[in-house]
Amino acid sequence: MPPFQLLVDAHAAELHRFLAGFLGPDDAEDCLQETLISALRAYPRLRNGDNLRAWLYTIARRKATDVSRWRMRRPSSALDSIAPSAEPAEEPMPIPDDGLWSRVRGLPEKQRAAVVHRFVLDLDYRSIGERMAISEEAARQNVAAGLRRLRKEINP
Amino acid sequence: MNELERCLANPGEPPFDRDRLLERLRARASAEGLLDVAYAELDSPLGRLLVAVTPRGLVRIAYQDEDAVLDELSRALSPRLLRAPERTDQVRRELDAYFAGERRTFDLALDWSLIRGFAQKVLRATARVPFGQVTTYGSVAAEAGSPRAARAAGNALGSNPIPIVVPCHRVLHAGGGLGGYAGGLDRKRYLLELEGTPPPRRR
Repeated sequence: MPPFQLLVDAHAAELHRFLAGFLGPDDAEDCLQETLISALRAYPRLRNGDNLRAWLYTIARRKATDVSRWRMRRPSSALDSIAPSAEPAEEPMPIPDDGLWSRVRGLPEKQRAAVVHRFVLDLDYRSIGERMAISEEAARQNVAAGLRRLRKEINP
Repeated sequence: MNELERCLANPGEPPFDRDRLLERLRARASAEGLLDVAYAELDSPLGRLLVAVTPRGLVRIAYQDEDAVLDELSRALSPRLLRAPERTDQVRRELDAYFAGERRTFDLALDWSLIRGFAQKVLRATARVPFGQVTTYGSVAAEAGSPRAARAAGNALGSNPIPIVVPCHRVLHAGGGLGGYAGGLDRKRYLLELEGTPPPRRR
């Protein structure tokens, strides 16, 4: 296995973009932190180092899905109530929340991950398949299904 | 690309604070016992050094190529390896003081796990050679229990994982020749001069 630091150096920025698309910018860093700690914990027991990127994205998706479920159960979390005073309003909202992104975040997990990979990270279907550990065809179908659903919700 | 896809492709750049992420990761990994090997690069009069520590102590000082050394550490010790300069602070301070001529011995815990058997005995014997003195390959071999194994002692010293602190530069040929040094003879000569035991120059 390569040193864990090299994995972080190679993938952290892109994982963060993925999580920011998947969850929204506020939760991305915490979720990335959880992802990396989980990965670090399991790393020495990992048998197969062939596709470490897919492995990291699998952990990230699992963590992000946990965060989403938690958020849905508690729409105004402790974090949300702390955030306004801790972070002054100077910082611009980086992802324009015109409703599109909250709809993306309402997609079924696989479609949502596929759409974020396709558009936020600008990946082709083969790379999406690799990262999600599904076939190229399944990646294409998940993106298409996600887009269909978004279109329907925006123009019912 | 239609309007929906254009919007999806332009989510804005989410702020990503890499340093903060790494700092939090190191702190948490440390607290949860997940940081098996911490390393940092240090500047020294001998060039850039890579220094690695484990919870047991200083395990590696390397002059060579960082990537190769990290791979070696990952294989031999643990892939839970992170750049964590704060964990190497004591080593950095003591090395700085040593190079400034303000320190003659190191008070660092050492982790010997990169080296075993006879080689470890040779290096432990070498670690007892004091600042400002030199010895010979045959003599450290004898100290390690095999007086006739000077050549094997030379090999052990050549693979010293903790040069400078385990002072293999203080081991010379019986005839007074410099012998070898994994970091190159110029570095060996520099260290001996720093300690006031300059080797005889040869043409």
